Amino acid sequence: MEAFFASLVSVAFHGAALGMILYVISVGLSVTMGLMGFANLAHGVFAMAGGYVLTTAISRFGAPYPLALALAFALVAAASVVLERLLYSRLYAASDLEQVLFTIGLIFIAVAVARFIYGTLQQPVVLPDYLKGQFPLLGRDFPAYRVFIIVFSAVMVALLWFGVERTRWGAMVRATVDNRAMAQSVGINTKRLFTLTFALGSGLAGLGGGLGAEIIAIQPSYPFENLVYFLVVVSVGGLGSLRGPFVAALLIGIADTACKYWLPQYGAFPIYVATIAILLWRPSGLFGRHA
Amino acid sequence: MSAHAGGYSADPRIRWIESLPWIVAIAAFFALPEYLSLGARILIYILYALSLDLIVGYAGIITLGHSAYFGLGAYIAGILAAKAGISDPMVQLAAAAAAGALLGISTGAIILRTKALTLLMLTLAITSVLLEIANKATTLTGGADGLSGVVVAPILGLFRFDIFGKTAYLYCLLVLLLGWWLVRKMIYSPFGTSLTGVRENSLRMHAIGAPVYWRLVLVYTLSATIAGVAGGLITQTNQFVGLNVLSFESAGELLVMLILGGVGRIYGAFVGPVAYLIAQDFLAKQFPEYWYFGIGTMLVLVVMFARGGILGILDGSLVKLRSRP
Repeated sequence: MEAFFASLVSVAFHGAALGMILYVISVGLSVTMGLMGFANLAHGVFAMAGGYVLTTAISRFGAPYPLALALAFALVAAASVVLERLLYSRLYAASDLEQVLFTIGLIFIAVAVARFIYGTLQQPVVLPDYLKGQFPLLGRDFPAYRVFIIVFSAVMVALLWFGVERTRWGAMVRATVDNRAMAQSVGINTKRLFTLTFALGSGLAGLGGGLGAEIIAIQPSYPFENLVYFLVVVSVGGLGSLRGPFVAALLIGIADTACKYWLPQYGAFPIYVATIAILLWRPSGLFGRHA
Repeated sequence: MSAHAGGYSADPRIRWIESLPWIVAIAAFFALPEYLSLGARILIYILYALSLDLIVGYAGIITLGHSAYFGLGAYIAGILAAKAGISDPMVQLAAAAAAGALLGISTGAIILRTKALTLLMLTLAITSVLLEIANKATTLTGGADGLSGVVVAPILGLFRFDIFGKTAYLYCLLVLLLGWWLVRKMIYSPFGTSLTGVRENSLRMHAIGAPVYWRLVLVYTLSATIAGVAGGLITQTNQFVGLNVLSFESAGELLVMLILGGVGRIYGAFVGPVAYLIAQDFLAKQFPEYWYFGIGTMLVLVVMFARGGILGILDGSLVKLRSRP
């Protein structure tokens, strides 16, 4: 009984860490899809880029971990502004098929570039000493790295929710998600809002990719392999919402960890089946607007 | 819309230019005997792309999971041949078609009630489920090692699959001809026109009383059936099935081929795989990194500047030529 309880706590803890990572990466996708109606399958590219920035900054330039995390956010956000202005913005009015194809093209390019620069091997993450040990809590030991992930992500999530719910920028974003034409006609510069929000979402993806580099391995096929997970989070959670993907990410993180722990012979099978069932039950996701 | 796109008002008679692909295919058989196995692969992918064009190009259903039906067909044919000892190619192909149709109608009836991202996600999830099954059911599928030992008896007991791939090439060409005839017939029928109507404006199709949902389920099932046949063919010509037939990359590659040729115009599905697979054969082995980089760049460029693909560019320049005084 005690052993079962211990494994239960362990699964919940590891699942929560994975779920937090998935949320930090995917929330930007939910917002860009909800706000701009853009099917951005290449969102994982930003997460992968964040992971590469972090590992390179640490292993090649000896940057301290917090600085490397900040760089992962800042560089990816900056690069995404360039991409948004140059390419994405031209396709906002295009059909779903064209957006899907365009972003698959971006994935192919990113995979090739990553393989060219870094090779196909997984990038090792050098963690600082204070994240390597165990963290004692309530008479149990938890790996410090995962405790840090959960706490840090929770702070980021709180900041993001405060930003969207309580600030002027957040009000503008919500207004534009609800009714773009109306928002535009009351004087909101939706074009700039799109760019800013896109940069924030991509930056968060970069941050999540860097933060979770130890959990979701950084390697060239990252955007392909994890695409399903990011899309599951967004579609199960519901487009354009912040709360939905959070619940969905935690559910998926914990369910995935539980499946790997107790039912390894089934792989990710139960996750996919559950996703199909949820989407058939509520096609707009658990917290979707048009459910 | 070009005349190639079909439609109710278009002339359904076969124009002389439509015999061109078949002349080229037969000429290639005699002129390039050392490339017949690549040729058979191209023919199979044309059939596969044709099935995708039916739903993406004509009915406007965006899917990332078409490899589910191709992969199922491939595995059904492979399992029959390697595990059940049924080596007759016609039976294998019929089973692959039936499996594709069954999966097509059961999944189509469910997922076609949804739209946009949800639909996209469901197609991906269904393919992922099949991939997990194929990966884990190792006794049946061989798992990650692939399924080998596929035995294919001579066709009708007469034509043996030879080492040079002559029989395989002609066999694939015949099946493709049949598939092309079926697809063409359908696109030029009122049914095909109603599909285009759904793609352009499903609200109005509802308004004029068309059974939109059932039309979509029907075309999805047909497309899945053809994809299943293509999967069966790839198993028979390779005599091997690997997990990659079900992968997301392979579905993505197929989409690239179709886009490259041109969507929603039957012959785009012919031009795309020819261009893609020949380029891949020459370039990809030497420069794998550059290959993917090139494919990605090409996709971005096609979406940005050449939305009709190769045939779209041809059409455009023909129009320009004709309009010159």
